[in-house]
Amino acid sequence: MTWTTLSNASRALKLPRRLASFLLASILAVPALAQPATGVYAIQGAKIYTLAGPSIDGGTVIIRDGKISAVGAHIEIPADAQMIDAKGLEVYPGLFDPVTQLGLTEVGQVIATVDVNELGEFNPELVAATAVNPASAHIPVTRASGITHVVAAPGAPGFELSGGGVISGQASAFNLSGWTMEEMQIQRSVAMVINWPSIQTRSFDFASFGFKEKPYADAKKEYDKFVNDLSDLLDRARHYAQAKEKGSPALYERDLRLEALIPVVEGKLPAMVVAGKARDIRNAVDFCAKQNLKMILADGSEAWKVKDLLKEKKIPVILGPTEQLPEEEDDPYDKPMSQPAELNAAGIPIAFSSFGTAFSRRLSQYAGTAVAYGLPHDEALKAVTLNAARMLGLGDRLGTLEPGKIANLIVTTGDPLEIRTQVRYIFINGQLTSTANRHRDLYEQYRKRPESAH
Amino acid sequence: MRRLLTVAISAITLLAQPPAQAQTSNVILIQNATILTVTHGTIEHGSILIRDGKIAAVGMDVKAPDGATVIDAAGQFVIPGIIDCHSHIAVDGSVNEGGPAVSSMVNIADVLNPADINIYRDLAGGVTTANILHGSANPIGGQTVVIKLRWGKQANQLPFEGALPGIKFALGENPKHSNFGPPAGTPARYPATRLGVEEVIRQAFTEAREYKKLWDDYNQRKAAGEQNLLPPRRDLKLEPLVEVLEGKRYVHAHCYRADEILMLARVAKEFGFKVRTFQHVLEGYKVADEIAASGAGGSTFSDWWAYKIEAYDAIPYNAALMQERGVLVSINSDSAEEARHLNQEAAKSMKYGDLSANDALKLITLNPAIQLGIDNRAGSIDVGKDADLVIYNHDPLSVYAVVQKTLIDGQVYFDREHDLAARPALEKEKQALLEKEKKAAEEEKKHEEKSNKSPEKKQDQKKKPLKPGDSSEGVSGGGR
Repeated sequence: MTWTTLSNASRALKLPRRLASFLLASILAVPALAQPATGVYAIQGAKIYTLAGPSIDGGTVIIRDGKISAVGAHIEIPADAQMIDAKGLEVYPGLFDPVTQLGLTEVGQVIATVDVNELGEFNPELVAATAVNPASAHIPVTRASGITHVVAAPGAPGFELSGGGVISGQASAFNLSGWTMEEMQIQRSVAMVINWPSIQTRSFDFASFGFKEKPYADAKKEYDKFVNDLSDLLDRARHYAQAKEKGSPALYERDLRLEALIPVVEGKLPAMVVAGKARDIRNAVDFCAKQNLKMILADGSEAWKVKDLLKEKKIPVILGPTEQLPEEEDDPYDKPMSQPAELNAAGIPIAFSSFGTAFSRRLSQYAGTAVAYGLPHDEALKAVTLNAARMLGLGDRLGTLEPGKIANLIVTTGDPLEIRTQVRYIFINGQLTSTANRHRDLYEQYRKRPESAH
Repeated sequence: MRRLLTVAISAITLLAQPPAQAQTSNVILIQNATILTVTHGTIEHGSILIRDGKIAAVGMDVKAPDGATVIDAAGQFVIPGIIDCHSHIAVDGSVNEGGPAVSSMVNIADVLNPADINIYRDLAGGVTTANILHGSANPIGGQTVVIKLRWGKQANQLPFEGALPGIKFALGENPKHSNFGPPAGTPARYPATRLGVEEVIRQAFTEAREYKKLWDDYNQRKAAGEQNLLPPRRDLKLEPLVEVLEGKRYVHAHCYRADEILMLARVAKEFGFKVRTFQHVLEGYKVADEIAASGAGGSTFSDWWAYKIEAYDAIPYNAALMQERGVLVSINSDSAEEARHLNQEAAKSMKYGDLSANDALKLITLNPAIQLGIDNRAGSIDVGKDADLVIYNHDPLSVYAVVQKTLIDGQVYFDREHDLAARPALEKEKQALLEKEKKAAEEEKKHEEKSNKSPEKKQDQKKKPLKPGDSSEGVSGGGR
C-alpha cells in the first residue's frame, strides 16, 4: 500500500474527471432494493433506544407507509402488521453518515469511476444527487453496517480524495436503498460545500516526489485571492437575488451559479465549510460571520484548539474520523479520539462522519472510539444519528424513533457502536431492506469452493 | 520558520524522555489482572512476574518477591504486545527506492529514525514489535527489519535481536505503476504488466542462482585447500536473494489478486524458496488452500477495499476465511494510524467470519510472531518469553478499550497516566517558547524599522544591490 499512501498527495492535484463510467454499472450486482413506501410492520419485544427519551424494555415499534407510527411499551399491534420478533435484540435509529462520496466514487484510483471533483474553483450549481449511482456496490456494503442514510458531498476532502475547488457544489441526502435517486432522495440539497482555502506554504511536487516550500507571502497572496473571489461571488449573488426579487426575468440575465447561491446568502442553506487546521477554522468562522452564512464546520481536526470561538459563534461540527493522527507532531497522541468529548463538554454540537466511501462503514467505530476517550455514550449515539440531521435541517424527519419520522431504523444484537455487534434487520423508508452485499456474497461463494486439488 | 521548528523539536524532545518512571527494580509484578495469555486461556485475577525483561511466572498465585515493583491492574486486561507485520514507521524519508525494478541492495535498517513520533503513537496503541518494510514500487524491493518500539533508544537499539531479516516483494498495480506512472521527469520503467512483474522476479532469481553457484564453487575449492583462488566479484543486489534461496531471509510479498498470489507461489517453488508472508493478500480467501499448501502466511487488512481495482474484491471476511482453510493469518496496519487500533481491527474478524475471541487476538499477537519467526520470544504470555505486554482498561477486543501501559522487555515505555500528567508542563513550555519567538520577531522588526528609518537611505537601498550586513532585511530575509 505504501506506493498508494505516498500518492495520496496526488489527490491534491485537480485532475479532469469528466469521463463518465458505464462500465461499472454493468458489472455490479443489482442489490435487493426497497419497494415503494407502503406496508405495516410491528417490531416486537426489543429494547428500544428512541434517542428522544429513556430506552424502552420489551417495546414495540409500528411502521406504517414509510413512517414510524407508534413507539412504546404497550402498543396495540395493527391487524395488518407483518411481525418482526426482536426479543433479545435492540432497536436504534438508523445511523447517518453526513459527509461521504457514496455513489460518486466506486474505485478510488480508477478515475473513470469517480465523479467528485469538477474543474474550476466555484461550482455552486453542481448537485451531488445528479451523479449518485444507485447500483454502487458500496451502498449495500455500507447499509449492512447499520447506516441507513447518508449525505454525498462533492469535492469534500477525505481519505479518498480532495480538491474540487473552493465551492465544490451542493451536498445531497439520500436513503441507502432504492432503484433510482428519485426513490432514494431525502433532500436534494442540504448544504453548500465550501472547501476553505488554506494558506499553504508546502505542497507536494511530483518532479521531486517530495514537498516543495513556498514563501508565506506568496501563499498568503493566493489565499487572499480565493477569499476575495469568494466574497465577490457572494456579493453578486446578493445583488442577483435583489434583481430577481424586484425585476421580471426579462430584466436580468439568468445565472445558474448565482441562483444556486441565493439560499446560501439568505442563510437558508447551510454552508458546509471544510477546514481542519485551527488557523483555517478561525478564518472560515470569521468570514462566515461577516457574510451571515449559516456555517457547519466539517472536518475540524483542530477544532479543539478553537473551541471557545466555535462555542461563541454557535458553530456545529461534523468531525472527520476519530481514528486519524494528530495534526502536529507535538499534539497529544490521543487528540483526534478525545476531542469529541472535549467539544461536547464545551457545549458544541458534534456529529461523526467518515468523509469517505469504503470507510463509511467505520462510522460507528469512530464514535465508539470517542466514547473510549470520554464522550458519553448517549451523546455518541446522537452524534451518529440525530445531531447531523439537525445541522442539515432534517431533524424533524430523521434521527430519533418518534411517530411521524421516516422509518429508518436498525435492529441489532446490541450496542451499535461496539465492533462485534451484528445488524439483524434494517428498515429504510419503512421497508425491510436486505443486508446482503457484495462482501457477504463473495464470502459465501468462496467458502463453498471445493478443496483445491493442488 | 526555523525558530518555530525549534519550538516543535523542543516539545518533542521532552516527550521523547522514556515515560517510564525510572524503574528501580528489574523485578516487576503485574497483579490482579485479567490475563489473556493467547496460548493457555484467560486467567482472572492473575499476576505476571517479570524478571530481567522476561516473563518469569504467570498465574493466580504468583506473589511479589521483596523489592519488586508492583503494578496493580485491578479491573484491567493484559495481552501480549501487539505485533504489526506490515509497518513503515521509524523510517527516515521515503520507503521506496523505486528507480530500478530490483532494489534488493537497499536496506530499511540503514535508515531507521528512532525519533519518529509515530513510534510513540503506535506504542500508545499497544504495538511493541513492527515489521518495517520497504515500499511496493518494484517487484523486488529493499531489505526489511523487525524492530521493537523502544521509544527513546538509539536506532541501533531498535532491531529485534535475532529476528531474521526480510525482503519486500510486490506484485500487481504498484510495481507495474498502474495508478501513478513513474515520478515526473523520469522515464517509464519496466515492468508495466503482471507478465513483466513475474519475469523480473524470475530473471533476478536466475541470476541469484548462478551467483550462488559461483560462490559455492569458490568456497568448496577453498575448503579443499586450493591455493591462489580469486573470489567471485561481490554483487550487493544478488546477495540478499541468495540469502532467500538459503532460507536466511524472509520474503514478504505485497499482493492483491488471486492469480498473482499463485504466480509467486509457482516461481518460489521453481527456484526452491519459500514466501514467508503474502502481504495484503486481499484475494487470499479465493486461493486459501494453495496459500496454505505453499506454507506461506497471510497478513491482511481488516476491512480496506475499493481504493483501487485490485482491491475491489477485498472482503472483511478474508482473515477468517483464510484461517478456516488452514492459512496462518495476521492483521496488519500498513499505516502509523491504523496501528493504533489493531485490537479493534482484529475484533472485526469476530463480526465478519465468526472467529473466536482468542483466534481474533492471535491475529495481532501469536500469528504475526510466528510469521516473523520470533514466537520463541514474543506473541503470547508464557514463561521465558520477553515481557512485551499491553495493559488495557477494558476487554481489548472492545471498541471501548484504551491502552494504559505498554511494556517492552519488562520496561514501561508507554504510560497513559504519565502522558496525561506531563501535558500541562509541555503546553506551558511550548507557550513560553512561542512567546520567546514572538518577542524575538518583534525585536527584529523594530531593529529593521530603525535601520530603515531615513527615507533617503531606503531609496538608496532600492537603487543599490544589497550586500550582506547592509540592513537586517538583507541578512534575515530568507529566515522567515
